[in-house]
Amino acid sequence: MAPRIANSAADAVAEIKDGSTVLIGGFGNAGQPMELIDALMECGAKDLTVVNNNAGQADAGLALLIKERRVKKIICSFPRQSDSWHFDEAYRAGEIELELVPQGNLAERIRAAGAGIGGFFTPTGYGTLLAEGKETRVIDGKGYVLETPINADFALIKALKADTMGNLVYRKTARNFGPIMATAAKQAIVQVDEVVQAGDLDPENVITPGIYVDTVVALGGNK
Amino acid sequence: MSNYSNTQEKLSRDDMAQTVAADIPSGAFVNLGIGQPTNVSNFLTSEQGVTLHTENGMLGMGPVATGDDIDEDLINAGKIPVTELPGASFFHHADSFAMMRGGHLDVCVLGAFQVSEAGDLANWHTGAEGAIPAVGGAMDLAIGAKQTWVMMSLFTKTGESKLVEALSYPVTGLGCVSRIYTEVAIFELRGGKVFVRSSHGISFEELQSKLPVELTKA
Repeated sequence: MAPRIANSAADAVAEIKDGSTVLIGGFGNAGQPMELIDALMECGAKDLTVVNNNAGQADAGLALLIKERRVKKIICSFPRQSDSWHFDEAYRAGEIELELVPQGNLAERIRAAGAGIGGFFTPTGYGTLLAEGKETRVIDGKGYVLETPINADFALIKALKADTMGNLVYRKTARNFGPIMATAAKQAIVQVDEVVQAGDLDPENVITPGIYVDTVVALGGNK
Repeated sequence: MSNYSNTQEKLSRDDMAQTVAADIPSGAFVNLGIGQPTNVSNFLTSEQGVTLHTENGMLGMGPVATGDDIDEDLINAGKIPVTELPGASFFHHADSFAMMRGGHLDVCVLGAFQVSEAGDLANWHTGAEGAIPAVGGAMDLAIGAKQTWVMMSLFTKTGESKLVEALSYPVTGLGCVSRIYTEVAIFELRGGKVFVRSSHGISFEELQSKLPVELTKA
């Protein structure tokens, strides 16, 4: 089924309810769906579990959701940055739960969810604090840790363009988590600069096939 | 039949970066960690044909972008705007780390708090009370590439050796480091032994007297 074309960012995120698990794309500001995050802020949903590489920067986007205590748990690889003051404060106050995951395991756990994989043994993290309490196995003399998929209710993603079938193309390193997050959520909500007609994207160049995409909103852009 | 050498002067940070760059095999795929290792790229020559990987999804990364070349969609793992070289490619995060974990990268160069004689690496967390932990790609990088090299100062500010018998900081990866570049010596770790390839501004004997691990001339 073709995705719903929402008429605004607020319309696109309207179904996100309290207690949802939300994957949010982006690495730093590249690929961060800022308008969708702002709309999530406006819609008032709380007790969210958020999955992102970081835990918000400065006074915008995810950082504001954390500041307003709308995020009860964050699953990320790199929360602490020079400008992560809202996360730092919430964490030190014991008002946000942190699940710290090595970046490659985070990506693979999201990929596994979208690919129907129930778990996988990864060498990353073996013998470290981040493997404590997890099942381990030695395979051909090498140590591995069992990691499980991260399934989500929603994904908020930024891509460059969508066509009316929901096929997506991205731009440069802003692609990062977008393609895997689109596969791992029950509903993938995508903000793009532009929605084009089916047939206007070369099928050879489509990065995320439309089957994974549920809602698209065109917000224009500078590029 | 020793390859060991000695020079009078300590290595500067640029000397270290230049030495690492010269040691990277031509045609290699390489990931340079944030901090000191990033400086290595300034000493790679075009004849070497080295391709740089950045874990946020790119091969063929070029120099840091300036002026009109700055593009917020084109950044490195340190979130610094960079450029793309001819032949560059982009891919998503799971592919990027599969590429690393799957042993497709030849060399990864990282900073460190400590390295043990067995090649165990500590570089992600001091374990200090109240510190907010952040790991990023450190654990993936440590164990993913065919070879993991470390650049670090050999001693802490209080004079303790960062090359140790066993780590006191939390582990990043076990048995992964094969080479350590410091301002006073370059070490090769093989089979649980520590070989000194070169020493700089210090004799082999004096170096041995300051380190808690047994050294062998390479």
